[in-house]
Amino acid sequence: MPATPTHVPEPSRTDPALIRNFCIIAHIDHGKSTLADRMLQLTGVVEQRQMRAQYLDRMDIERERGITIKSQAVRLPWAPSAGEGRDTTHVLNMIDTPGHVDFTYEVSRSLAACEGCILLVDAAQGIEAQTLANLYLAMENELTIIPVLNKIDLPAAQPEKFAAELAHLIGCDPADVLKVSAKTGEGVAELLDKVVAEVPPPVGNADAPARAMIFDSVYDAYRGVVTYVKVVDGALARRERIRMMSTGATHELLEIGVSSPEMSSSDGLGVGEVGYLITGVKDVRQSKVGDTVTLYSKGATEPLGGYKDPKPMVFSGLYPLDGSDYPELREALDKLQLNDAALVYEPETSAALGFGFRVGFLGLLHLDVIRERLEREFGLGLIATAPNVIYRVVMEDGTEYQVTNPSEFPTGKIAEVHEPVVRATLLAPSEFIGAIMELCQTRRGTLLGMDYLSEDRVELRYTLPLAEIVFDFFDALKSKTRGYASLDYEPTGEQAADLVKVDILLHGDKVDAFSAITHKEKAYAYGVRLVAKLRELIPRQNFEVPIQAAIGSRVIARETVRAIRKDVLAKCYGGDISRKRKLLEKQKEGKKRMKMVGNVEVPQEAFIAVLSSDAAPGDGKAKK
Amino acid sequence: MAGMPSVLPDGAPVPADGALPPHALDGAAERPLGFYLHVPYCATRCGYCDFNTYTAAELRGSGGALASRENYAETLAEEIRLARKVLGDDPRPVSTIFVGGGTPTLLPAADLVRMVGAVREEFGLAADAEVTTEANPESVTPRSLAELREGGFNRVSFGMQSARRHVLRVLDRTHTPGRPERCVAEARAAGFEHVNLDLIYGTPGESDDDWRASLDAALGAGPDHVSAYALIVEEGTGLARRIRRGEVAPTDDDVHADRYLLAEERLSAAGLRWYEVSNWAATEAARCRHNELYWRGGDWWGAGPGAHSHVGGVRWWNVKHPGAYAQALAESRSPGAGRELLSAEDRRVERILLELRLADGCPLDLLAPAGLRAAERAVADGLLLPEPYGRGRAVLTLRGRLLADAVVRDLVD
Repeated sequence: MPATPTHVPEPSRTDPALIRNFCIIAHIDHGKSTLADRMLQLTGVVEQRQMRAQYLDRMDIERERGITIKSQAVRLPWAPSAGEGRDTTHVLNMIDTPGHVDFTYEVSRSLAACEGCILLVDAAQGIEAQTLANLYLAMENELTIIPVLNKIDLPAAQPEKFAAELAHLIGCDPADVLKVSAKTGEGVAELLDKVVAEVPPPVGNADAPARAMIFDSVYDAYRGVVTYVKVVDGALARRERIRMMSTGATHELLEIGVSSPEMSSSDGLGVGEVGYLITGVKDVRQSKVGDTVTLYSKGATEPLGGYKDPKPMVFSGLYPLDGSDYPELREALDKLQLNDAALVYEPETSAALGFGFRVGFLGLLHLDVIRERLEREFGLGLIATAPNVIYRVVMEDGTEYQVTNPSEFPTGKIAEVHEPVVRATLLAPSEFIGAIMELCQTRRGTLLGMDYLSEDRVELRYTLPLAEIVFDFFDALKSKTRGYASLDYEPTGEQAADLVKVDILLHGDKVDAFSAITHKEKAYAYGVRLVAKLRELIPRQNFEVPIQAAIGSRVIARETVRAIRKDVLAKCYGGDISRKRKLLEKQKEGKKRMKMVGNVEVPQEAFIAVLSSDAAPGDGKAKK
Repeated sequence: MAGMPSVLPDGAPVPADGALPPHALDGAAERPLGFYLHVPYCATRCGYCDFNTYTAAELRGSGGALASRENYAETLAEEIRLARKVLGDDPRPVSTIFVGGGTPTLLPAADLVRMVGAVREEFGLAADAEVTTEANPESVTPRSLAELREGGFNRVSFGMQSARRHVLRVLDRTHTPGRPERCVAEARAAGFEHVNLDLIYGTPGESDDDWRASLDAALGAGPDHVSAYALIVEEGTGLARRIRRGEVAPTDDDVHADRYLLAEERLSAAGLRWYEVSNWAATEAARCRHNELYWRGGDWWGAGPGAHSHVGGVRWWNVKHPGAYAQALAESRSPGAGRELLSAEDRRVERILLELRLADGCPLDLLAPAGLRAAERAVADGLLLPEPYGRGRAVLTLRGRLLADAVVRDLVD
């Protein structure tokens, strides 16, 4: 193990030639966090006794799910023990990247802050679709790729096979693929040496007006928003006034510094350096990922490229189970939004579910995470409507509607309905090609191409309507491929499609929460399945309740809940009275948990059961 | 059998002397006072029964007090004397007595007469007092019936349940078909003016024809009162276990509804009119006034293990076990296990849920605005009769009777 580095360059006074900015691209569970932990230890920035597993992942949910949602940057001193630059202390900025499909934009900004990346792959599993997608992103950003196989200590490891696969993907020699065990630490020092040797130093103009790219922005309850930047040109120093180039907003730099890995303030940041800024703003939307920071006076005129506003792709109505929790839900969303620029919401009223919010998410994981945080951190019980995408509806008279909620689907003469489509990449062992093709076929997919990554691993590329994958595509894929397939997708635009709105009517009243937009060919199956399910879930009432599925005024499916004919206890004598009154009180409580749809009492459980993903319009059959 | 469910409610403790809060007797003079006397013994336990009854002849309390069939009448008389103390100078004579069980007629007629005598001694009986006993067809004889009649009983209620052997077998009833009808004749011969037959419908294995046959057999015997109950499968009974094990099939609610309609049709055709959801009487005088007292908020003292009482908005119930019951009385303590003091709202809700079951219905002025709106809807939905509604009363239609609990839930809002 190398000695603790000496002559560690200080922030704002670091020669760019000694800086290496890199990130780690890896699939969930492939050991990125463990590798990062090992690097923290090896470089001595975290002492052994302070070490806790997955040091960098902060939120409970991240740790539990083993995924990273928010990225961070850590400054590591490292003096290689061999090669050029031997014994010279370099500064390695390790930039953590989010690990999921929904956060592609954030990943792309993290990659843009780097000159190189470690491609970390589990030696027992091989590369996954997500990783492949991020690898392609890194290659587009012209990053130097260092291929690494992790978990070589596992008995099931097949380093030769997967080294060949990686070599094939990035066009290197299989012998160049490093083999490490993040768990035992084997090979990690060599990896750090290789980062110094192969990743190019950042290049920028120290004399030009300051330009720093924001690659992450995190809300901290005590410090406000902490903005992570990479200085591309010029320099930033504390107490300076800065300007956000996308909005023109100006702020004073209350603090500037680096993480190693705890935040430590410095005089400033120079060319190629990575660090954080604190300006006192309270909301990450005032400090947007991808934006360019410059100085207020003599600032740059041209922002760095690549900035995009986060755009929600998936929408769901969130309603409190208990209507009186509505203010708490609003407050909770306000709080989450402080740290999540991509989270958008507006109040919405449903005749069936009461007051709630229509919430926009980057994707399904984003939705899951937000929902789980609302329930766990804020103790809210929620009903979420089936997720849907944005539809663009063009009427015959030329007017256009953006529909994010099926109940807003316009009536009248519709010329065309457009839906978002994605380019999906699926990786799986070749034995599952048939199953995957069948699945994509039923989800209205178009095969774009297929490549063998190795003898028995294949990459399939499809165009798929986003609506078809937001429900349970991932679950279906996992079950059809025994968990071996992986999926990545990116939005690629929209297509016109034969889409209709299916309404569900209870006793003649439309239940807005159950309306869905679906492909015409699937409308019938959806209608039949939903009314059958509702028939089981809706208790018998004093009158007959027809349950219908309809497209416009055309009924496509119908079931009937027969009227209840007997609801009376035969006996009511002296000793029964107290019991009967108490039973009545209990029944009244139960009645409060019913939602009234017209005259029909619908138990809350029915909404939850129907809105759970297996009843979603995209799917042809129920799960499991 | 008209007694009490086996599960007691939770409640506040009853003072050792059984004293009532002072307000309980406010306005008592306006209300009738009745006695329910419970006999907790049966020869065998029926599979559907969850009443507080025991087949052992002798049961002991923890302090050694003996509760036996032999000394039961005397033990019960102890409680009647306690009632006298608790009710103090309440001047009301008793207007109804109802002896239920269990199987009251498992005790010698003389014991039942002695129990009624204790009430007469302590409280006095109104001149027109109704004195009923339940009786099992297999445990009465012309002689015992005559003895009861002579001892002051003037109404008898037989547990007929069904005219079909296979139905009686599922119910574990030991009498043979035909016997209850003969009992009616014997009771008439003994001088009983009022005779009731209890019927049960919806027993697993019973067909519509079985039920029709039971109704016709009952009516053929000429009782002036019939009670017809849907079989309720209570948790913890043998029948519930047999259904859970799949040995017998549970009866669908719709079948219950059909049987009820058949009962209404047959009984009214024979001149019996409903006056409570499960009760039909030939004349107004044939109605069971003791049960009406339950339904109209009257006062009654329930004596015996597990018996429930109500006086002026205070409901209480005795300890269930005959041994513990005898023990309390042996120590001059109240056998009360718990009680509840009804709030004004509780009493309003109880009035709605009890009176709505009656053919007279409940007055609309008991309802809050939301309840009134619900009542209006119920009229529109054919659950309440429009004509009495116009007169300020909520009275169930035939369909409404079958949905009475649902109507109550809306009306108490």
